[in-house]
Amino acid sequence: MADNNNNDKTQSEQQATDQPSNPSRRNLLKGVGFVGAAALSTAATSNLIAADSPPGTGPAADSIVAREALEVLTALEAETLEAICDCLIPSDDNGPGAREARAVHYIDRSLASHNSEARHNYMIGLSAVNDYARQTGGMAFHQLGRDQQNATLRAVQNNNLDGFAPSSGGFFNMVRSHTIDGTFCDPYYGGNRDFVGWDMIRYPGIRLGASESDVAQGADLAPNHQSAYDHSTYTKMAQNMLGTPESRRKGGSDHA
Amino acid sequence: MPRNLSRTDVVIVGMGAAGGVAALPLTNAGLKVVGLEAGGWLSPRDFAPDELRNGARNWPQSVQKAASEAPTLRATTADQAVQGGHPMMNAVGGTSMHYWAQSWRLNPWDFQVVTATRERYGANRIPAGSTIEDWPFTYTELEPYYDKVEYAVGISGQAGNVQGNMNPAGNIFEGARSREYPMRPLRASPFTDLMGTAARNLGWNPFQGPAAITSELYDGRPPCQYHGFCNRGGCHVQAKGSTAFTVIPKAADTGNLEVVTFARVINIVTDNDGKVTGVDYIRGNETFFQPADAVLLASYAYENVRLLQLSKSRAFPNGLSNNAGQLGRHYMSHHQGSPVLALFDRDLHNWYGLPAQGVAIDEWADDNFDHADLDFIGGANLWVHTDRKPMGAAKMNTFGAVSSWGSDWKAFIMKNADRSNMSYIQKTTLPYEDNYLDLDPVVKDPLGFPVTRITARYRDNEKRIAAFSQDKMEQWYLEAGAIKVSKFGPGNAMGASTHAYGGTRMGLNSDTNVVNEWGFSHEAPNLGILGGSVMGNSGSRNPTLTVQALAWRTAEYLASNWRSVVG
Repeated sequence: MADNNNNDKTQSEQQATDQPSNPSRRNLLKGVGFVGAAALSTAATSNLIAADSPPGTGPAADSIVAREALEVLTALEAETLEAICDCLIPSDDNGPGAREARAVHYIDRSLASHNSEARHNYMIGLSAVNDYARQTGGMAFHQLGRDQQNATLRAVQNNNLDGFAPSSGGFFNMVRSHTIDGTFCDPYYGGNRDFVGWDMIRYPGIRLGASESDVAQGADLAPNHQSAYDHSTYTKMAQNMLGTPESRRKGGSDHA
Repeated sequence: MPRNLSRTDVVIVGMGAAGGVAALPLTNAGLKVVGLEAGGWLSPRDFAPDELRNGARNWPQSVQKAASEAPTLRATTADQAVQGGHPMMNAVGGTSMHYWAQSWRLNPWDFQVVTATRERYGANRIPAGSTIEDWPFTYTELEPYYDKVEYAVGISGQAGNVQGNMNPAGNIFEGARSREYPMRPLRASPFTDLMGTAARNLGWNPFQGPAAITSELYDGRPPCQYHGFCNRGGCHVQAKGSTAFTVIPKAADTGNLEVVTFARVINIVTDNDGKVTGVDYIRGNETFFQPADAVLLASYAYENVRLLQLSKSRAFPNGLSNNAGQLGRHYMSHHQGSPVLALFDRDLHNWYGLPAQGVAIDEWADDNFDHADLDFIGGANLWVHTDRKPMGAAKMNTFGAVSSWGSDWKAFIMKNADRSNMSYIQKTTLPYEDNYLDLDPVVKDPLGFPVTRITARYRDNEKRIAAFSQDKMEQWYLEAGAIKVSKFGPGNAMGASTHAYGGTRMGLNSDTNVVNEWGFSHEAPNLGILGGSVMGNSGSRNPTLTVQALAWRTAEYLASNWRSVVG
């Protein structure tokens, strides 16, 4: 028994030292909040929920792309997946899609973190997609024309193909779900670049509070183009506790 | 050997929604309380408005003790039990850190289902195979404790019945309450106005449901900011009345509460006379024995039952408080599936809502309508609410209008992302003979202890309520202008649920119940049990406020009858 206890120990002891085991109300509130609840008036709240960084889209696109690694996918896998995502949420007359949102960049990184269990299924599945593309079209999936790509994906979706784990339909649903995640997630995770996903469905953006008039405006409310992590309270170094606005902003956006 | 700690008056196992409430009356009475909690402290800074973090990353549940001991599930003994996820989290405050915070009182009928059904419809209307009993007391007995919790935790809502004075702005079917809610309801929205108007057009009585969420400055906590990340997220301004921000700090103020975090209780210790003497817990890589004169078990329905089943001793060879063989029996997962989905032809303005900001209909709940010509008892509370986030919105059902990808799909979601709504319909769920919890013979947690195995399924009564209530819900949506409506299936297996009931049922008969009318074991007199595990039926609304009222009552009974309980 107890094979996980050694792992628990360091963490629990560290966290234990952060908290008195018999906290007074004052200490307890200090421990649980960046502002003690007792000190929060309505006025303090409106202060709290004001965005602490101006709207913006971060550093220039080129400088990010140039320094970017593929963390999990191979180069061919990434190219294949890019073409699949482009079919799923296309760039078209209605505006940008998964490619501009950089859904593949998101998926690649997610396979090293919360989607790590899917890594094998991506390897097997992307390989099977290319095998089928070569058999039917004579070239890799990303080299096919759009109509052939769509026909291939329909075959994958309809569970008609072998060589997938756990099934071709299951692979399709997984990739579709992750592509949506990467197009509509908080930009911190590497997708939804320049908020193209949120703009696509007219989501007006992260706000720490929404007034009745905000809600009444619905999709007419001007998008604020903010990440959760443009609000320093959620970043590693809370600006109103520690550090300067400059040091905070470094820790705040996409770390790619 | 465990390291012996110094004796305390009371140990509470689990500092969540129930244990946190129980700590207050005990410490106010001057009793020394040690609260053992498997998780740690969280702060408002931990609850970012981040859909991916709360959803796909499953934070903070993904790193919790509960996740490592999720129950296995099967519908019947003929099926293979499969392990799923755990619906609850570990932290000071427990799942009250991030729950929807709907805070209902049960209706009086729920306490007296057997008697009331017999009186109104005759002897034969209790579904075959159901083990339901009346509660050992009526709504009136619990009313003062509902009231205490509503004011201590801070509930916003609109009363429908204050001492018999009816107000149709609230729930006219509720039991009489001694006074108004401490706060007005959460604000309305364009969508709740739309649905409220439609309900009135149908002759129904819509009302804003109660929530453990501040609608105004309350007890030093600011009002809800409606930012839209309440669902699966904690509150960034402490507007949500988690016990970690309400009753636990008050209990700590007395100087009589010690909270021990990251403490995993593995055994409740008993002497040869069947009295509880304390608990063993692991913290880090060390095992401790915490002696106590009384133990209140407040982990969760699954963990309450499991810990008792694992705590075998000379006095209780089949598990603690199981000499009558009732431990794990009368288990239920609330039937809250089988929703109805609607598509409207206009934007609903739901991006900044929350699950507790909604409209309720109680006409078709409980025994609020005549069942003489129906083939079921009980009913469902209909609930529609505001709540939408972008990833979920993009994954919306397309109602068969387009395929699930490509340019047509993209055009569809661009138009309709803010135009759909899914109902939340909570149904009367009853206990049955062969629905139960036991220890899984195969699957173990990382410490080597077996996990809980759920063997349970819904029966005709729940499925008939589902079909009946879906028709009412469809009628409501269509009246509000929905252009498409879609219904989900009736459900079968009872999955692991945030609304889990039974397993240590409360009742006067010690042959069919684990705890008595005060929440103390029929067999181990200084062991109290808190949580949905003591409830014998679900009612048709969220359980937390009832769980908390029962917890307060059990704790107050212990403090007031200390000598007789601890002997």
